[in-house]
Amino acid sequence: MDFSLAEERRLLQDSISRYLGREYAFDARRKHAASPEGFSREAWNQFAELGLLGLTISDADGGMGGTPFDTMIVMEAFGRALVVEPYVATVVLGAGILSDAGSPAQKEQWLPAVATGEKLLAFAHSEAAARYDTRHVEARAKKDGAGWKLDGAKAVVLNGGSADALIVSARTSGDAGDERGISLFLVDPKAKGVTVRAYPTQDGSRAADVKLNGVAVGADALIGHADDALPVIERALDRGCAALCAEALGVIDALNAATLEYLKTRKQFGQPIGRFQALQHRMVEMTIRAVEARSMAIVAASGITQTDARERSRLVSAAKAYVGQCSRFVGQQAIQLHGAIGVTDELIVSHWFKRLTMINATFGDADHHLARVSDLMLSERE
Amino acid sequence: MDLEYTASERAFRDEVRAFVTANLPADLSAKVLEAKRLTRDDFMRWHKILAAKGWVAAGWPQQYGGPGWTPVQQHLFDEECAAAGAPVILPFGVRMVAPVIMAFGSQAQKDYFLPRILSGEDWWCQGYSEPGSGSDLASLKTRAERQGDHYIVNGQKTWNTLGQYADWIFCLVRTATEGRPQEGISFLLIDMKTPGVTVRPIRMLDGEEEINEVWFENVKVPVDQRVGEENKGWTYAKFLLGHERTGIAGVGKSKRELQKLKGIARKERASGRPLIEDARFRDRIAQIEIELLALEVTNLRVLSEEGTRKGPGPEASILKVRGSEIQQSLSELMMQAVGHYGVPYVREALDADYKGETVGGDYAAPLAGVYFNMRKTSIYSGSNEIQKNIISQMVLGL
Ligand SMILES: Cc1cc2nc3c(=O)[nH]c(=O)nc-3n(C[C@H](O)[C@H](O)[C@H](O)COP(=O)(O)OP(=O)(O)OC[C@H]3O[C@@H](n4cnc5c(N)ncnc54)[C@H](O)[C@@H]3O)c2cc1C
Repeated sequence: MDFSLAEERRLLQDSISRYLGREYAFDARRKHAASPEGFSREAWNQFAELGLLGLTISDADGGMGGTPFDTMIVMEAFGRALVVEPYVATVVLGAGILSDAGSPAQKEQWLPAVATGEKLLAFAHSEAAARYDTRHVEARAKKDGAGWKLDGAKAVVLNGGSADALIVSARTSGDAGDERGISLFLVDPKAKGVTVRAYPTQDGSRAADVKLNGVAVGADALIGHADDALPVIERALDRGCAALCAEALGVIDALNAATLEYLKTRKQFGQPIGRFQALQHRMVEMTIRAVEARSMAIVAASGITQTDARERSRLVSAAKAYVGQCSRFVGQQAIQLHGAIGVTDELIVSHWFKRLTMINATFGDADHHLARVSDLMLSERE
Repeated sequence: MDLEYTASERAFRDEVRAFVTANLPADLSAKVLEAKRLTRDDFMRWHKILAAKGWVAAGWPQQYGGPGWTPVQQHLFDEECAAAGAPVILPFGVRMVAPVIMAFGSQAQKDYFLPRILSGEDWWCQGYSEPGSGSDLASLKTRAERQGDHYIVNGQKTWNTLGQYADWIFCLVRTATEGRPQEGISFLLIDMKTPGVTVRPIRMLDGEEEINEVWFENVKVPVDQRVGEENKGWTYAKFLLGHERTGIAGVGKSKRELQKLKGIARKERASGRPLIEDARFRDRIAQIEIELLALEVTNLRVLSEEGTRKGPGPEASILKVRGSEIQQSLSELMMQAVGHYGVPYVREALDADYKGETVGGDYAAPLAGVYFNMRKTSIYSGSNEIQKNIISQMVLGL
């Protein structure tokens, strides 16, 4: 066992923190979020220069060949700074899927361009009637000459409005809940029949609903094998979950630090409110949750490296469930301990709280992942 | 013991229901039920409808124009109004300042203010909190200096709910600095149009503007706008805080929200099936349903005992703590029910006349905002920590 950060990771951590500390103060972040695209292309280019965009892309595809632990470092720092750039959508999900399952031509076309910051991707998988069930795909792709024709609707696609390519899941056989029969396609959002309705999200990022109406794509749009994309999808979403766990961890730590500081400085009844034992114990609980959340974010990152898919899912879901529960507790308490100032837009505290709430609602909430762990128990061997 | 309402209470409920059904404008109730943004006018419309019927001030004695209802009747009225989606009657005039004026005000204050509160002519707001004085209200610093027949008021109030619409503000101000901090406070009624009063809205975490900062710069307030005696304002403020137990638990509204939650869980799909068929999620709803039942019966027990006891009791604190927690849980579960559709923020969709496309069904847009907004319920009107301190002192003697 070794929980210390390798030297390169410490350097990575330092350079991100330094960059974000210098360029990504709360005011700058507000400006990025309020801009037409909802994020800053300039910051994105800086991320590319820092090597963050190609971090987990293989050397052969123009990246650095990093691991989920590298993603963890990045996401934790992003959480603290409330970064709104489309990192999860493009790098974790998009580039992850293409690295896993893309053809050599697809990789060559997209991965180096992601690493340099030129191209953005988004993963259009979830649907309104699915809730968080990864197998529930109603969108359809029918053979159409050499290519395919896509119909369907996708819900809350992270950063769908800015993507240069959408990675769309659609059914090539079977019925909505079936394991087999799902395929992945690269779709140009400007193609005929694609409607992208982009909107801001509660936490100041962006998402979109996507409609596909007889969208024609070529044979080369298919990612991996037809009918067999579920394992790729689940792996991508597990990676997304692990990244979000790390991001939540950054937020939790930031919230705890801010709240602790407030308990020491805010005076009521002639003393710092941190003197009240009712609040001391609450702050202690928040600290315990933060320590555990960190352990679970590590579990998620290491879970991603598991070769057994069931074990990977079990670990990632355990982490997402527990980090979600910790987030809920820490977020709510941080607001409560700040009193009325905590429910204002002015203070970054309310934004951290909102981000934690939205992380929980993304890729399955704590209840969903608890259920996933619990259901896996049924197929455990004695 | 009898948990059922009496025949006359049931008859009363029917009468209220019939009136509300006939008189609550449909567009208004739709706004409330769908958690859309309410304007000043929306609050006033319903206020005036009730005023015309003589029902706006449920808790007032008949001599001042109240209907003379028992606490249980008041509760039934609240419940019927909430169920139908009526806007709340804002408490600042009717439930807060009016009882203080009735109990401690001059005849001239009673004659002038009470009818205007009833009719809705004046919109009131509460000026207690200050940046440095929240839970520790007695530490407040806004000063009122006596100059002949006027006070000159200087200072800052904050977290002032809907003060941007207010005609009048009732304030706690410092009129003496010696002795215990509680002993130098007076209770002033201030016309918001007086020169030197400035209001600045504060944006809340849900993006809405519901609270304000209020500044007083050499504001001239006639001495006859002081309620009761100079330096005795703390007594009146405490009277106000403990006065009102009806409605503090929010049972009526929570019952309505529970129904709404079930409705959403029936419409939402999980793996293509109605969400309510998911036993895990249904258990969550059932848990709140059970907690709400416990709160409702506790509330009724407190109300039916009211009158047999005097002064503020710890019951109000118990109702406040549990009531706020249940409101928070309901809003959280509702947001959770729509899954990833809690994520979009379509600000315009909170306007009732929004004609654009919705994201995730017509009910989804406000839900996350409501959840964020509901964090306030455990902070305002005495935070839950302060309520627990009261219970620990008054009930447990700790
Ligand atoms: C939406 C909203 C609307 C409001 N509307 C009005 C209004 O119209 N008029 C008005 O005058 N005020 C209003 N308030 C103010 C409200 O009354 C105060 O926010 C409240 O009293 C708490 O004060 P504070 O925010 O300064 O928090 P603080 O008093 O600073 O408290 C911070 C934290 O410390 C805790 N704490 C403080 N003292 C103790 C203690 N002794 N033991 C244990 N814990 C303690 C608190 O519970 C809280 O968690 C409103 C507040 C909100 C959020």
